[in-house]
Amino acid sequence: MELTRRDAAAALAAIGATGGVALGVRRATDDGPIDADASWDGEGTPDDEAVREAMTAVARVLYPEEVSGIDAFVDGVLDGRLDGSAHAEGVRAAVTEVESAARSWYDAPVAELSAAERDDLLRELGADTAEEDPAGTTAERVRFFVVNELLLALYSSPTGGELVGIENPQGYGGGAKSYQEGPR
Amino acid sequence: MSGAGSVGDERAGGTDVDRTPVPDADVCIVGAGPAGALVADRLAGDREVVVLDAGPRFDPADRLARQERAIRPHYGRPDVWGVGGARDAHENAGDWFYPLNHARVKGVGGSTLHWQGMVMRLHEDDFSSGTERGVGPDWPIDYADLRPYYAEAEKELGVAGASDNPYAPPREEPHPMPAFEPSYSDSLFAEACESLGIDMHSVPNARNSEPYDDRSPCVGYGTCQPVCPSGAKYDATVHVERAEERGATVIDRAPVERLDHDGDDRVTAAVYATPDGERHRQEAAAFVVAAGGVETPRLLLLSASDRYPDGLANRSGHVGEFFMDHLFAGAGGTLDEPTRQNHVGFYTSACDQFYDEADESQAPFKLEFFNYAGPSPVEMALTGDDWGDTLLERLRDGYGNHVAMGGLVEQLPDADSRVTLADDRTDDRGNPVPRIEWTVGDRALDTIERANEIQVEILEELGADVEWVAGPDATGPAYHHMGTTRMSDDPETGVVDARCRTHDLDNCWIASSSVFPTSGAMNPTLTIAALALRVGDDVAEWLGDET
Repeated sequence: MELTRRDAAAALAAIGATGGVALGVRRATDDGPIDADASWDGEGTPDDEAVREAMTAVARVLYPEEVSGIDAFVDGVLDGRLDGSAHAEGVRAAVTEVESAARSWYDAPVAELSAAERDDLLRELGADTAEEDPAGTTAERVRFFVVNELLLALYSSPTGGELVGIENPQGYGGGAKSYQEGPR
Repeated sequence: MSGAGSVGDERAGGTDVDRTPVPDADVCIVGAGPAGALVADRLAGDREVVVLDAGPRFDPADRLARQERAIRPHYGRPDVWGVGGARDAHENAGDWFYPLNHARVKGVGGSTLHWQGMVMRLHEDDFSSGTERGVGPDWPIDYADLRPYYAEAEKELGVAGASDNPYAPPREEPHPMPAFEPSYSDSLFAEACESLGIDMHSVPNARNSEPYDDRSPCVGYGTCQPVCPSGAKYDATVHVERAEERGATVIDRAPVERLDHDGDDRVTAAVYATPDGERHRQEAAAFVVAAGGVETPRLLLLSASDRYPDGLANRSGHVGEFFMDHLFAGAGGTLDEPTRQNHVGFYTSACDQFYDEADESQAPFKLEFFNYAGPSPVEMALTGDDWGDTLLERLRDGYGNHVAMGGLVEQLPDADSRVTLADDRTDDRGNPVPRIEWTVGDRALDTIERANEIQVEILEELGADVEWVAGPDATGPAYHHMGTTRMSDDPETGVVDARCRTHDLDNCWIASSSVFPTSGAMNPTLTIAALALRVGDDVAEWLGDET
């Protein structure tokens, strides 16, 4: 099931962002190697491109296998999310910590790790068992700004909802018709 | 700005706003919720109107971020609209815990910012409980007195409804908008109810089923309670903005700490604080207290003076007494087929069939057929230690076949269920906080069991595996604060008269569910709105007589 421009726009609504969605500008496809063209060297604060690469790499682990179009979807969501707000800086700071752990423990940026290594990395950070908290521990902040950020975007989108059997999930303004309709 | 964490701090900044009193004000309204907003709108244009609210003016641009807060597990209900902290401190001292800060929003728009938006008229017998049911007082007004104001309130709020409810009180014209169509799960319930001889009907929503009043129709965000990002659900900012356009002044973050009076039983000024630490006196010819069922009695009690040692408008001694809420009764379970829940955040069918069976031992109650039973997949996805295919499998297992019913039950007024002032706890301004002693009597608890019996019968007829029942031991309040400045013709037994004017003070009205002598079992806001419109007319007439 392919994530679309509409999904990214819907996700932006659900996560309270109003920025534009410019899918296809950077990456139109995924499933191949992640574009590793960020110039960030792991020191200091990652630039937008580095944040996008890391978030896309993490999304490929968090999202189920039957979803495609992940790279463009994440790009589209971040187009609206990386807007200079306090939340955007929270995302950037959490990504910095994920990248720091990847480089310390695996000697490579997140985007260059295998899927299994990315999964391990998130669990070793404690992001699987932590409760999200934007002002909490590293694990809690990674859960809030990275893991739940991406899961919220997916499962509040129409395609993410349809994966579960609900084409108008909470957070998506999909209209006041589908609740009247029976199972497809 | 995006993100749940980027919502502006409603209590910071804004000190450059002019919050000084308005000279030559005709009317000062305390509270910018639905009652205060409707009174203000009624009077603005012809009169100099000032509205003071303890809470902030929320930025409409933050609505989506507040929606994110509603979905994310980190945020509790009070976090969505910034309730809590020293400003909203309170005490619980009764038999029953009352979660006050889950039950209110302070700010321009008031609790309509987080309400569900259900707007029924009270039934005719609700106005004469003592006579017709043998318990509680009669109201000093009846349904006919309020009927034209109900119709007007439905137009003001924008109500989507139909006339298919055989148990509803008589009405003179259709609702302003057509009712929302029944849900798919309503159709499942309908078969079970038909075989049991139980009627289902539409339910009035203060939510646009079509464009209305320059506001969007519902687009199905599914987070009605606690926030509607589209503006399809009515909230009182509609009338606040309209009143301001017509000249009213609304001052936010201006908690009124006391009402001053003269020696002629007239209120002279509302004394309020501002974020810069200053205190001001807003003088006016007339005052309308519209601060809800908890803060209204608190303000009157805080206004005690040598002339009124027990609190303003409290010669009866009843200010704060008879605190009531509606009790929730519910049951739910699962079917072996899809039920299509959580597409929208409101319900579309109800049953009032048993409402008027009420007597001394059984309270009126209504039944609701939920469209949001069971978990929301996106909320499920944000908890748990799984992701990827494992998470998707859990979501598919957890979502899709839930059904549930709810219901509201009346509680009788009881003088021992009350709001007073705490002895030794103060808020951020140094004023005693409200102390809530909430008690619930056996009639309400027995009626919850009766509602549960019907709910379980319907669910079992439907073929559901009943997995939970919210009975007397698991019930809770519906966040409808009522009764604490009750209405009565007799100054010995009530705080306000039949026109909602205080018995003790000639120029002070109360527009709030706090005036309800009994509560019925219908959501109170339409009745609040109808009473507020009537107060607006009365204040206008009184001001005309004065001048």
